[in-house]
Amino acid sequence: MLLSEVGYARPATLEQALGVLAEYPGARALAGGQTLVNVMKARAAAPDVLVDLAGIPELKGIELAGDGTLELGAMTTYSELIASAEARARPILGEVCAQIADVQVRNRGTIGGNVCSSDPTNHLPPLLVALGATFTVAGPQGERTVPAGEFFLGVYMTAAGPGELLTKITVPPGRNDGFASVPIGVDGTCIVNAAASMNGGVRVALGCVGATPVLVEAESADAVRDAVRESAIDPPSDVHASADYRRHLAEVVAARAVEQAGKAS
Amino acid sequence: MDVVSSQTVSVEVNGTTYEREVEARRLLIHFLRDDLDLTGSHVGCDTGNCGACSVILDGTLVKSCMLLAVQADGSSIETVEGLSQEDELNPLQQAFKDQHALQCGYCTPGMLMSATALLRDNPSPSDDEIAKAIQGNICRCTGYWNIFKAVKAASGQEVGE
Repeated sequence: MLLSEVGYARPATLEQALGVLAEYPGARALAGGQTLVNVMKARAAAPDVLVDLAGIPELKGIELAGDGTLELGAMTTYSELIASAEARARPILGEVCAQIADVQVRNRGTIGGNVCSSDPTNHLPPLLVALGATFTVAGPQGERTVPAGEFFLGVYMTAAGPGELLTKITVPPGRNDGFASVPIGVDGTCIVNAAASMNGGVRVALGCVGATPVLVEAESADAVRDAVRESAIDPPSDVHASADYRRHLAEVVAARAVEQAGKAS
Repeated sequence: MDVVSSQTVSVEVNGTTYEREVEARRLLIHFLRDDLDLTGSHVGCDTGNCGACSVILDGTLVKSCMLLAVQADGSSIETVEGLSQEDELNPLQQAFKDQHALQCGYCTPGMLMSATALLRDNPSPSDDEIAKAIQGNICRCTGYWNIFKAVKAASGQEVGE
């Protein structure tokens, strides 16, 4: 398909990338392109300039600190994360990435792109909210950190505003995590998903039931279904599931995610 | 920092180096098919679902309709045209022929590249691993079982009925 005309820049440093974004207000960052290129085909987005982040070493790599904290470069692909020995410090990360789409998409798609697209059906937003991750955002005024729970502002909207770039995701140590979803076909788009983390307290983040992940905290693993029921979620209805059915699934997948988190070690 | 609307792209495809002036908006699949006349890789859905455009880019399987040609500048690409040697089918292609793993053949270039990538990483894949490896490739003739058998046969494993 022929895309609309677009400019292209391939900066070698973060500073250069921020410079292009500042100079061209209609510019968009291009990570793995597994969403953006399709969106451009559909003419749902028509950026003036694509800023290809593939040549910026600062955005790559996975580092494991001595205390088990993981630092994931925003341009880490799903496949790199799945294969990473360091990332096994928090096994749920690789397990969930292995459920995303197919080999080809996992080879190109990036964790930064996944969260910055803030698609309510994506896997990583609820997972990173449940894990209590922190996002580092760079912009003309320097760097700041945003907790995952405050990063997702709406459908396709995040705290990384115009002229800013997500540079890395920091995941605290822990192993008692779970994830469950009901997708459209195996490894397809999620109808409802839930991530659970039980590393002190029971945290469950629900996906696909609102514009952004919904965090539910329960007093115990057994109380999770009640906690989800009382959370007053207001999920959308569509051709795949009614709001009522999504509300029911939210309880079911939350309980499954918590069950996995309880067994993990 | 320069912003360009077109640039010279240099790629090595199946061992041959090509250099062309390419618009930034050009998808890699169209660069391969229309600029380089390598029409083996197919455009199926053009939305990143069907996998008929799959090629191996710097050793990694990708869908070439989800990539701009300028993103591939400086890379080494393998397409279905690179599989056979001097008109001889390679063992994987021969297995596809022997197992009747194609009807209309439209998905075949992508299936072959996905299977090539799989067997390189994992020379003796399990049934589950084969299924996972070709998950991103759709066969509209629904001939998956024979494709599955062909990949199995090419890996030297016994193939059931």
